[in-house]
Amino acid sequence: MELAPVFARRIFQRLTDGIDGPLFALSLALVAVGLATLFSASYEQPARVTSQVSNLLVAFFAMWVIARVPPQTLMRFAVPAYLVGIVLLVAVALMGDVVNGARRWLHVGVTRFQPSEMMKLALPLMLAWYFHKNEATLRMRDFAVAAILLAVPVLLIARQPDLGTAVLVAAAGCYVIFFAGIGWKVIAALGVLGLASLFPLWGMLHDYQRRRILTLIDPTQDPLGAGYHTIQSTIAVGSGGLTGKGWLHGTQTHLEFIPERHTDFIFAVFSEEFGLIGNAILLTLYTLLIARGLMIAANAPTFFSRLLAATITLMFFTYAFVNMGMVSGILPVVGVPLPFVSYGGTALLTLFIGVGILMSVHSHRRLVQT
Amino acid sequence: MRLGELKNHERELYYFQLRIGFAGFAVLAAFALLFARFIHLQVLQHDAYASKAEENRISIVPIAPNRGLILDRNGVVLARNYSAYTLEIFPGKVRDLERTIQDLEEVVEIQAKDRSRFRKLLAETRNAESLPIRTRLTDEEVARFAANRFRFPGVDIKARLFRQYPFGEVASHVIGYIGRINAKDQEKLAELEVEANYRGTDYIGKSGLEASYQQELHGTTGFEQVEIDAAGRGIRTLARTGAQAGNNITLTLDIKLQEIAEAAFGERRGALIAIEPATGGVLAFVSKPGFDPNLFVDGIDPSSWSELNNSPDRPLTNRAIAGIYPPGSTFKPYMAMAALESGKRTPKSAIHDPGYFEFGGRRFRDSKPGGHGYVDLYKSIVVSSDTFYYQLANDMGIEAIADFMGKFGFGAKSGIDLEGEALGVLPSPAWKQKRFRKPEQQKWYAGETVSIGIGQGYNAYTPIQLAVALATLAANGDMYRPRLASYIDNLRTGERRHIEPVLVKHIPLKPENVEFVKRAMAGVNKAGTGARAFGNAEYTNGGKTGTAQVVGMKQNEKYDEKKVAERHRDHSLFIVFAPLESPKIALVAIVENGGFGARAAAPIARVVLDYYLLGKLPEGDAPGAIKPSAAADEEEEEGESD
Repeated sequence: MELAPVFARRIFQRLTDGIDGPLFALSLALVAVGLATLFSASYEQPARVTSQVSNLLVAFFAMWVIARVPPQTLMRFAVPAYLVGIVLLVAVALMGDVVNGARRWLHVGVTRFQPSEMMKLALPLMLAWYFHKNEATLRMRDFAVAAILLAVPVLLIARQPDLGTAVLVAAAGCYVIFFAGIGWKVIAALGVLGLASLFPLWGMLHDYQRRRILTLIDPTQDPLGAGYHTIQSTIAVGSGGLTGKGWLHGTQTHLEFIPERHTDFIFAVFSEEFGLIGNAILLTLYTLLIARGLMIAANAPTFFSRLLAATITLMFFTYAFVNMGMVSGILPVVGVPLPFVSYGGTALLTLFIGVGILMSVHSHRRLVQT
Repeated sequence: MRLGELKNHERELYYFQLRIGFAGFAVLAAFALLFARFIHLQVLQHDAYASKAEENRISIVPIAPNRGLILDRNGVVLARNYSAYTLEIFPGKVRDLERTIQDLEEVVEIQAKDRSRFRKLLAETRNAESLPIRTRLTDEEVARFAANRFRFPGVDIKARLFRQYPFGEVASHVIGYIGRINAKDQEKLAELEVEANYRGTDYIGKSGLEASYQQELHGTTGFEQVEIDAAGRGIRTLARTGAQAGNNITLTLDIKLQEIAEAAFGERRGALIAIEPATGGVLAFVSKPGFDPNLFVDGIDPSSWSELNNSPDRPLTNRAIAGIYPPGSTFKPYMAMAALESGKRTPKSAIHDPGYFEFGGRRFRDSKPGGHGYVDLYKSIVVSSDTFYYQLANDMGIEAIADFMGKFGFGAKSGIDLEGEALGVLPSPAWKQKRFRKPEQQKWYAGETVSIGIGQGYNAYTPIQLAVALATLAANGDMYRPRLASYIDNLRTGERRHIEPVLVKHIPLKPENVEFVKRAMAGVNKAGTGARAFGNAEYTNGGKTGTAQVVGMKQNEKYDEKKVAERHRDHSLFIVFAPLESPKIALVAIVENGGFGARAAAPIARVVLDYYLLGKLPEGDAPGAIKPSAAADEEEEEGESD
């Protein structure tokens, strides 16, 4: 009689070993929001919801595994992961599949995947490892090396072309460099330089990328073309009002005015049906998730784990901010999913591996210190 | 922080945490910015975006009303609707029209005339959603297209109501036809401010009653609020206001009478109008040749169009209201009336007719060589003496004649409920002044008055004017506005609106004068120029023959019908009313280039009156039966004059 609950508790403890309660609860809450919204957006294809659930199971398992791996072990994967990532990106450039005019996908057996997705984690891992290795003697030269390590994959991704992912990967790299302690003056100088290089950069952009940026400034210029996404998603958000039109009652969603409503524009669906109140709740969930991640980073024992945790956390923020900004019409349309909410197995896997890393950092904080 | 030094661990952690704090602050700031944006969209701009979402979602689809019917006085349907399938192309959604039409040919038959009609419609119609490439598809063709539909984006089958005119050519100028709304019609609708009611309507009355009663026949467009998806497909109907069918119009016209009248014309050109004198109701309204209005309904093909438009017979001209003819001797009863009313002549006034009237050194010939001898006013009408009226006109003067004839509606629009009425010419010095530009042409010469007396000269009137004048005379001076519509039925309310007879005016004529002229006209048909056609009529009647010169004759030239080209032969006119005491019908018949009035026009009039008054069908009920024999011609030419 007494044994059974004790045994059960042991199993539970074994299973939850290394799992951070608040982080898991927050990501679960976001996933729940995602599934509910996806259900509404997929009225014509209910199979998407079950497919997303199986994606989730895979992602949970990955998180569970990673959470139990100590950061030191993760560190060992940094260089190989980065190199494999670079090789794959080159492979994509040479023989990837072209979808929608961009060469992003690589065939691996029966399935395809985007090596650029992998870089979202491999690059911060690599940079964190690099800074950690040179922690004692960090000098300007190291930041320059880091910049090169960052530039190679970013440029490879940018020329696929996949500006959205390139920006995100670059952001991740920059976060590592920022947290590694690059001087404020250098940041300021780079900022000025960055602004100055905007003009030549503009010339390097693809037509559709320019159009997206111009359309952001005035979506009505091209209401049926590039502006269509922004116009319709802004209408969806705006018409949601304070309380929303109610779950499953979004007209923009259900009459198919919102393009890509399962993936990148799922926030428009959510916002139309749940309104400002729903948006406030969603923002709160993200804020809490990010707060928890930053807290974990602040208490991380090693330079590597600190940089990695802080960077992953800020990447969550970046995804969320860029996606919501794009749907509500203040940022250009770039292919960024809403973290934990958008449909898509690869993104979900990446995100939960990130969560797993955060958990690993958190649960192994004392092991090194003592 | 200087690089290259061994760093203090605590200090480094502090700096790191400082940066974490900075990052946290940046996150909060960014989210605050997002939240501000959400408030802007969802609270401040909510109404605007909500209405945009509604506009996205709801499409207003017009429901075209069924066009009202046109019926004859006995309820026989003259214009109706039937439903048929058409194959329509949405030009805005088709990339390569030629290719599409070519590919369509594999599925349904498309003839060259379908193609040319489509091209014509495409050129003529502005912002049309879809245009028919084929009409009246068979069930098999509909099925065949449905199976191949995926191959033809921008092409679809529509069920449309079509107008049909069961009587074809009969009464075509009365009923008219409908056609696609073109740019000009659109402007007219905009002027009338009825554009909204024509959303969803493709067709409009183009001529005849279809045009003049367009607003009555059209009805009220209904609207359907349809929820649509992003692709524009209708998902469900949210609200619906049904269309109200147009009003039915019942005419005073008797289609059987009309058929008999048209058959009597046969292949000859001309016009005939029969009016009920006491109301102005038009009983028969013929303009020959006619046309088949059904050709116009789904867009006339260019070859049929040019055939109709370029025919020397001008079948599209409504001769009854737009044809202009000299009245010839049918003018004489009114001249006699004018003479009596003005006191220029009395029933006893008589002349000796030598066969000509000399004026200003010019000899005006009588059509009877040698003249009619002793002619009083009565005989002047019965035998149709020209000399008598040459003199009379000269005595009265052009001003008095124009003044009097104007009262009878000569040279003025009758106001019949059809569009396109011509004005004609009531000659007067004032008219000439206006008509010509050179001073020597503007002057009225006394010699010009002489031939006015016999309905020649500048006299030129439409058949409807002649009919109204006759009806007015028959009704003892009461002039009613001629009209084709008798009443209008609103099917929804069941309300029936009668078009009441409109008494335009009463001409104060002395009863004894009216009596005298009518008696003389009765004499025409008993023993005069109309006797051959009406001598044995089983009802009392009064008439007058007329022959109108088409080409001017030199002074001493004798008109020889056989030498004159068919189109230059005289027009044959006949006016008649019956019964004498209380006329029920007043009729004007004109046969173009028909020669003597008694020969061509009078027999047609007889057939119409026999049917109307006695219900008697023409012998054999065939047009051939009324044709005069060649032998009769020979006999007539000698003894008869107009």
